[in-house]
Amino acid sequence: MTAVTAEALASPAKSRRGRALGVFMSNRAAVAGGIIIAAFVLAALLAPLLAPYDPIKTNFLAIRKPPSVMYLLGTDELGRDILSRLLWGARASLMAGCISVAIAMSLGVPLGLIAGYFGGVLDAVISRVTEALLSCPFLVLAIALGAFLGPSLGNAMIAIGLSAMPIFARLTRGQVMAVRAEDYMEGARAIGLPDRWIILRYVLPNVLSPIIVQATLAIATAIIAEASLSFLGLGQQPPAASWGAMLNAAKNYLEQAPWMSLSPGIAIFLTVLGFNLLGDGLRDMLDPREF
Amino acid sequence: MLRFIAWRLTLAVPTLVLVTMFVFSLQKLLPGDPVLTLAGEERDPQVLEYLRHKYHFDDPIPLQYLAWVGSAVRGDLGMSLKTDQPVLRLIAQKLPITIELAALSMLVALLIGIPTGIIAAVRRGEAADYAANIVALSGISIPHFWLGVLLILLFAVELHWLPASGFVPLAEDPPANLQSMILPSFVLGTGLAATLMRHTRSAMLAVLRSDYIRTARAKGLLPPAVILKHAFRNALVPIVTLSTLLFGELIGGAVLTEQVFNIPGFGKLIVDAVFNRDYAVVQGVVLCVAVAFILLNLLADVLYVLINPRMRAA
Repeated sequence: MTAVTAEALASPAKSRRGRALGVFMSNRAAVAGGIIIAAFVLAALLAPLLAPYDPIKTNFLAIRKPPSVMYLLGTDELGRDILSRLLWGARASLMAGCISVAIAMSLGVPLGLIAGYFGGVLDAVISRVTEALLSCPFLVLAIALGAFLGPSLGNAMIAIGLSAMPIFARLTRGQVMAVRAEDYMEGARAIGLPDRWIILRYVLPNVLSPIIVQATLAIATAIIAEASLSFLGLGQQPPAASWGAMLNAAKNYLEQAPWMSLSPGIAIFLTVLGFNLLGDGLRDMLDPREF
Repeated sequence: MLRFIAWRLTLAVPTLVLVTMFVFSLQKLLPGDPVLTLAGEERDPQVLEYLRHKYHFDDPIPLQYLAWVGSAVRGDLGMSLKTDQPVLRLIAQKLPITIELAALSMLVALLIGIPTGIIAAVRRGEAADYAANIVALSGISIPHFWLGVLLILLFAVELHWLPASGFVPLAEDPPANLQSMILPSFVLGTGLAATLMRHTRSAMLAVLRSDYIRTARAKGLLPPAVILKHAFRNALVPIVTLSTLLFGELIGGAVLTEQVFNIPGFGKLIVDAVFNRDYAVVQGVVLCVAVAFILLNLLADVLYVLINPRMRAA
């Protein structure tokens, strides 16, 4: 527990922010998570500069070469440089994680706000719809949507976003119901503020913390989901690179070229670990009820 | 109690209806004429007309839905385009394989997840807790299909201890079947164990803080008795409700694990169906999984009331 200083007492808002940041910075695991994510984001952004070769250009003179000075992580079954594909693949994987969670949040949070705030029939309908969506396991739903929409990275993101949506709707609804009974809400209603204003001005800021925590953890899940769909051939389509698609190609050459399987897997593992560490740290900081 | 079960059953009905609507509407996402998709290579107008009528495509959409649900309720989930077999029969053939994989994986998960969760909670803040947390976090972060690939590389390609892939039916040769299931169930089980460990730890920590545990300790009861008899029994309540969450992970994980190890189960059925554009099979599998999930949810809720005396009294 940090000591309460005189300065902190003088400015409660600043002190709260400072204390939260202090809690976060003292959580070494969360800081490590943040650094891992920053490194991968940077690698993805600078892929055109950092990648030593063209990620999709085949070279039949360099098929399945083991790691060497020329090809640091080796080459794949079409002679493409694995390091370059890994760097470009970071874009696809991170983008898939972020966009699908954005889809899930932009649908789930408003639905949860409406269900929790208005209650009654609206709540009953929204709750049943989210329950129905939840009753289909994440990957099965994503596979089914991918199958009927057609395999592509965009459709994989839509599928992952739709299947993660109910979690946000449920979480938001629960949080809204908890704050609905607060005095300030009653006050806002008593002075006749319109519902839309109350929801945006009073409800949303007070329920945002657990949603941010969930979003961080959901990005981790979404990156694995994209990798899984691409591994099954339902995500990123060849010749474009994504970590899951690279593993899909690598599984056919386990004996001849084991290095093809190693680096994409490590990249997925580290990125997902980064988001999980960051999410756990944010939860300690923003939502101290969890252990 | 009976009233609660009746109420829970009533609540499950609209969810079931919505699920069937969702699965039905999947086929409406397909671009173009669904009859042409169903017909495959066939382009004879008479055959197309027959199919259109048979599958009610010439009816309004609500009637099509009712006809589809009606058939599904009677156990008719359509025919597989690829194998020309009823979808239900295909599912019935593949399901036992996935159930075996799921049961073995669950065993691995329970054996690893619950003891480590208890130890981590009891030894909170000590080295054992940190170690368990790091392993669990890694377990959640690792893509399990990749872990499968790594284990194949190690145990099959390098050491030649276990078969890389391939499945031997249980009825044909039980020892060989178990041997072929070791790696897959370990891969799938460790993934679940990580989730289970984190939830067990959380639930145990909440219980260990409560007054009655302090009283039990004050009475002079030895820690193992306190932990197992008093704390764990109460921590079990949230762990049981977790089973529904684990079911989702188990099915999703089975799809990937079966793909990596080439096991001809339920998961492989849906993936193969996707690539063969065998839409009736995809729909059938999704419907079965969703219905199973709803029933399991129902069961978890009832179990929750049964093992929690306070809820039973209410």
